[in-house]
Amino acid sequence: MNETLLRSLTPSVLAVLVRRGADFAAAEDAVQDALVEAVRVWPADPPRDPKGWLVTVAWRRFLDARRADTARRRREDLIEEEPAPGPAPAVDDTLQLYFLCAHPSLTPSSAVALTLRAVGGLTTRQIARAYLVPEATMAQRISRAKRTVSGVRLDRHGDVATVLRVLYLVFNEGYSTDADVDLTAEAIRLTRQLAAVIDHPEVVGLLALMLLHHARRAARTGPDSALVPLAEQDRGRWDTELITEGIGILQTALARDRLGEFQAQAAIAALHADAQRAEETDWVQIVEWYDELVRLTGSPVVRLNRAVAVGEADGARAGLAELAELDDTLPRHTAVAAYLHERDGDLGTAARLYADAAGKAANLAERDHLTRQAARLNARRQ
Amino acid sequence: MAKYLLLKHYRGAPASVNDVPMDQWTPEEVSDHMRYMNDFADRLKETGEFVDSQALAPGGSFVRYDGEGRPPVTDGPFAETKDLIAGWMIIDVDSQERAVELAGELSAAPGAGGKPIHEWLEVRPFMGAKPTITE
Repeated sequence: MNETLLRSLTPSVLAVLVRRGADFAAAEDAVQDALVEAVRVWPADPPRDPKGWLVTVAWRRFLDARRADTARRRREDLIEEEPAPGPAPAVDDTLQLYFLCAHPSLTPSSAVALTLRAVGGLTTRQIARAYLVPEATMAQRISRAKRTVSGVRLDRHGDVATVLRVLYLVFNEGYSTDADVDLTAEAIRLTRQLAAVIDHPEVVGLLALMLLHHARRAARTGPDSALVPLAEQDRGRWDTELITEGIGILQTALARDRLGEFQAQAAIAALHADAQRAEETDWVQIVEWYDELVRLTGSPVVRLNRAVAVGEADGARAGLAELAELDDTLPRHTAVAAYLHERDGDLGTAARLYADAAGKAANLAERDHLTRQAARLNARRQ
Repeated sequence: MAKYLLLKHYRGAPASVNDVPMDQWTPEEVSDHMRYMNDFADRLKETGEFVDSQALAPGGSFVRYDGEGRPPVTDGPFAETKDLIAGWMIIDVDSQERAVELAGELSAAPGAGGKPIHEWLEVRPFMGAKPTITE
């Protein structure tokens, strides 16, 4: 019995049922039944067309459940009147499922949970553990999400940007210490799958971005899980295969001349990945990409990152001048100011700002890193 | 998807608007208060925002290492002089606004006279273990 095969088929089987008019929760129950049946039957009698087999069995289960529900007989008749569709390309169905799971009526956390469950095929327990919440909480989150989208008709394309945002959320949550599910790997897998069924430069832009970030994972933390900043990372530990793949994907996307923010972010990540040593980083080009990003998003956080790049390209003073234009309540504003003051040689101000920034950090790794920076400068000044 | 700790204080927080000690409520008022808290937790379980909730006994003490081979020092049960945590609830919500909204709702639990206590609750975000990726 091939569990990977079953898991990879689950979303498209589910999608077929949903497209045929089954509501989401009932479709999922039927698919689960079919999977159980497959586990029982396949070892002795493997089907020639596993997906076709699963669709047939799941659809029959769905109809059985409907028939048993006399109160819904009328609706069942309607469903039965619907002509059985011929063999449809699997791609469209899975894509619809992505759109359904990222539907704008869902909150971000519900969209994430539903995507991991329905498209990713993870169990509720696995998702709950990855997000460090009780299983009952996650079960409720998922069933509410299912109820929310149960009335949604999938007759037109959803918003690709929303789907990408959900996948990026999953990716960014992927540094959980829990080894049960690697959300980073899961996000990459789902984005690959999405890229296979939809032709959109931002989808591959996001995929390239994830691969380029993921390539540096081993070097991002030290032995005691302390944060290692980009400039100090051991570049020998970067995964060159992932970098090559990411850059290749990005170049194909950029060649299509439909720039979006994920492609621009990936371009910045690629320029970092390109440098053999930190000093060889092409900061001038990075600033140009940040200009594109500012144009695309207008985001103050992007402008903050741009100030760092300007500091590297044109000197700390230029970076500080950029920084002065920005609202100093932005997250990481103080940390950036500390860094630029240190580069400018004002160690006293830098140490004080690092300590301030540590007090404002939103996560432990960053707080500890900033505290160490402050301590390092204070030790040097004595 | 960020976790927040809602802290309920025995003392140490600013005084509630409806500031009558619980032992001076009627038994029905106490029951109503408990029911409100439980209903609140149940609702959060349904919305998928509940993580954990515990009440703490008041008798805590401070403990300190006192050197090699010595027993730890405690400052004794002088609880009445300290900021005391009565209990907590951990929620996992989409935004800071949602956390504040829920804390506000919890603070409206009924007290003496069946009127909301308007007590102050402390809302503390959890530190994430790992940073979000930025360049």
